[in-house]
Amino acid sequence: MPGDLREGRIVIIGASLAGLRAAETLREEGFTGPLTMVGDEPHPPYDRPPLSKQVLLGKASASATELPTRRDPEAQWRLGVRATGLDPVGKRVLLADGDSLPYDRLLIATGTRARPWPNPEEAALDGVFTLRTSDDADGLAERLAAGPRRVLVIGAGFTGSEIASACRERGIEVTVAERGPAPLVGALGGTLAKLAAGLQRAHGVDLRCGVTVTALHGNGRFTGADLSDGSHIDADVCVVAMGAVRNTEWLADSGLAAGARGVACDAGCRAFNMYGIVTDDIFVAGDAARFPHPLFEYQMLSLEHWGNAVAQAEVAAHNMVNPGPLRRPHLAVPVFWSSQFGLNIKSVGVPTFSDQVVIAQGSLDERRLVMVYGYRGRVTAAVTVNMAKWLEYYERLIETAAPFPPAPGAADRATAAAVPVPSDVPDPKVLSHGPTVALTGYLPDRRLTMVRPV
Amino acid sequence: MTADTLLERITDYANRPNPYPLYAELRAAGVARQTDGSYLLGTYHDIVALLHDPRISADPRSRSVPRGDRSEEGLHLPFLRLDDPEHHRLRTLAMRPFGPPHSPGRVDAMRGEIARITEELLEALQGRKQIDVVDDFAYPLPVTVICRLLGVPREDEPLFRAWSDVIVDSADVRPGEATERVRAGQQAHAEMGQYLVDLAERRRGQPTGDMLSAFINEPDPAGQRLTGEELAVTAVLLLIAGHETTVNLITNGVLTLLRHPDQLDRLRREPDLLPRAVEELLRYEPPVHMRERFPLADVDVAGTTIPKGTPMVLVLASANRDPKRFRDPDRFDPARPDNEHVGFGSGIHLCYGAPLARVEAQIALRALIPRLGTARLVQDPPPYRRNAMLRGPRHLPIEF
Repeated sequence: MPGDLREGRIVIIGASLAGLRAAETLREEGFTGPLTMVGDEPHPPYDRPPLSKQVLLGKASASATELPTRRDPEAQWRLGVRATGLDPVGKRVLLADGDSLPYDRLLIATGTRARPWPNPEEAALDGVFTLRTSDDADGLAERLAAGPRRVLVIGAGFTGSEIASACRERGIEVTVAERGPAPLVGALGGTLAKLAAGLQRAHGVDLRCGVTVTALHGNGRFTGADLSDGSHIDADVCVVAMGAVRNTEWLADSGLAAGARGVACDAGCRAFNMYGIVTDDIFVAGDAARFPHPLFEYQMLSLEHWGNAVAQAEVAAHNMVNPGPLRRPHLAVPVFWSSQFGLNIKSVGVPTFSDQVVIAQGSLDERRLVMVYGYRGRVTAAVTVNMAKWLEYYERLIETAAPFPPAPGAADRATAAAVPVPSDVPDPKVLSHGPTVALTGYLPDRRLTMVRPV
Repeated sequence: MTADTLLERITDYANRPNPYPLYAELRAAGVARQTDGSYLLGTYHDIVALLHDPRISADPRSRSVPRGDRSEEGLHLPFLRLDDPEHHRLRTLAMRPFGPPHSPGRVDAMRGEIARITEELLEALQGRKQIDVVDDFAYPLPVTVICRLLGVPREDEPLFRAWSDVIVDSADVRPGEATERVRAGQQAHAEMGQYLVDLAERRRGQPTGDMLSAFINEPDPAGQRLTGEELAVTAVLLLIAGHETTVNLITNGVLTLLRHPDQLDRLRREPDLLPRAVEELLRYEPPVHMRERFPLADVDVAGTTIPKGTPMVLVLASANRDPKRFRDPDRFDPARPDNEHVGFGSGIHLCYGAPLARVEAQIALRALIPRLGTARLVQDPPPYRRNAMLRGPRHLPIEF
């Protein structure tokens, strides 16, 4: 095999989970050439899931979530500097400080950032936060520790719901405003969203669904917000949790197939250019990637999941230093988790790729259940609530395209609930929170999930 | 010989020292129906799938044809042999004083005490030319630990050892008539349960920091607690599991290291490899070799339909040696990467005491390894215990 793939210059843009895991894998696979890691944040790679959980509860400091390294990636680190452009012909990445980095192979792992509040003046009010970086979490945790009278959370996706949960656990009054019909509905569909809504209210969240926030008020300091139903919320802190924006703008002139839904790539993580021709020296991994998945009709998936960032980074790195026949596809079944209001929620597959759901184990009343999602008669996803140990079984059903509804026989299957009902996954356009899984089809607005307007 | 006698041959005492060739035969056979109608399974992927399948019951009452020689009717079963949701309720209550989320620091806090007990045991052996690893060390260590943890007087060990021997023997999978064994086991279980409930009752209102005190005095936030009968079966389970399994892990550890002097040397030089070495031991010579399960519906396993209610014996120790999952599976490699063994099972019945067993084995072997420099096995293979399910040497004499 050609030894040169283990040599040459590799540049990784993005110094978070995917970038770090790729760098480690490159070294594990025997890459000996110079490796440069570029990150726009000044911090070394850190873990984000605790930022909306332990950090907000005051159980861990935002600076204590540094990612453990499996091995020293022996990289040259360029932290605190943003990539601003890519010249794929000259094979150079342009940096904000004017520098340019030559590469032989490039990995794009720029991930996402929090979607900002659309009005910049209102967004600049003291007390208005987004939550994506450790600096964000630091600032928000400090405000929560100071004991605000009320926190307003805009958007009831996973991040917004976890923030609301942390507030309630700390005894802080919280209002959650969501444009859609219920929390988490964009990711989990109607039935579990109803459970989530009931749970939030039972924990004392002032949950307002079907409304939008029309204005944030304050005189330098945030004091409150207007809602579309004419009501007004007085609060000291506002967290904008309206989903994420992919960091792909810097690729606008690169000729790559990069857009709002990410950078399109093949199953081997190789980026496509805008003509749909695959490159062989530019790879993509993590939240910035948009890739075809055979289990979901080869639709292009954009995921914002921890596990996907790791798995895809490993495949991308392997393929960067191995010739064609030895390359591997990224076929991992998507998995994510959340903890909120005392519940452990785990998901496998793509719940939004569904037309029906059935409760296969446990019950809504116990708040311990497995919800199985089907699409045209096959199992496509499962979500466990406080029952994560069963997840593997359903993962296997998804991988083998097992019939939906799944075969009966579980010891804890409630017969009354074993009738499939519509999954009620709304069009993401109607939500405040963006979806963390997007089935992007071949056109950005093409979706194959059943949409039931509410 | 044909695969339908595999269970008979595996449980044959003559094969106790080395059942692994039989396990290879089992994996080659795929799903092996036995002459008594039960099914024997030994490949990694089949077993892991079954352990995560909600249609597979651990409850012996799920047998379609009850065994004439044993009756579980009307008996209270430990959570090990129950299905959700009952299993979940009992295991959660049992976990409350032992592990996360309620008692996350419990096992870690015992490290110092385990190290102290280990040193005391080893000190008493100073200057001896020959020891029995089982009786002198690997048995007394976990017994002392589980006694402290539960709040059982160490002096009563002969009492509950006798009960435990009978109970464990009655639960073995070996074929043949078991009426007398089962009756004796149930009798011993009742006596041991009563003994533990009496101990717990004495702590009512006077907690002494142990788990029996917690069971009797601390209801969970929903006001639930174990009933007297549940406490009895749970405490019996923990006491037995706490001293019938770790003894094998430690003993198998010493035996395996003495059979692999190069690896023993390596661990002496690189003691930080020990946690991984313990995982490898759990794969290579696990204390628990098999578990019994019953399908609640007809299930397909590797192309065979196993009818509802038919006993299935999952040979975990065979899964751990499956070459389709582990490269070079018969090699003992303390640094083995990607070692997701099923030594502790998998799924909802994943060993409750695993964190404690890991810590005990790590501390025990860390203390022993420097002293094994000149040791040699007096007998290889050593004499084994009768039980095929909980497999381990009865004695392990070594000479210095």
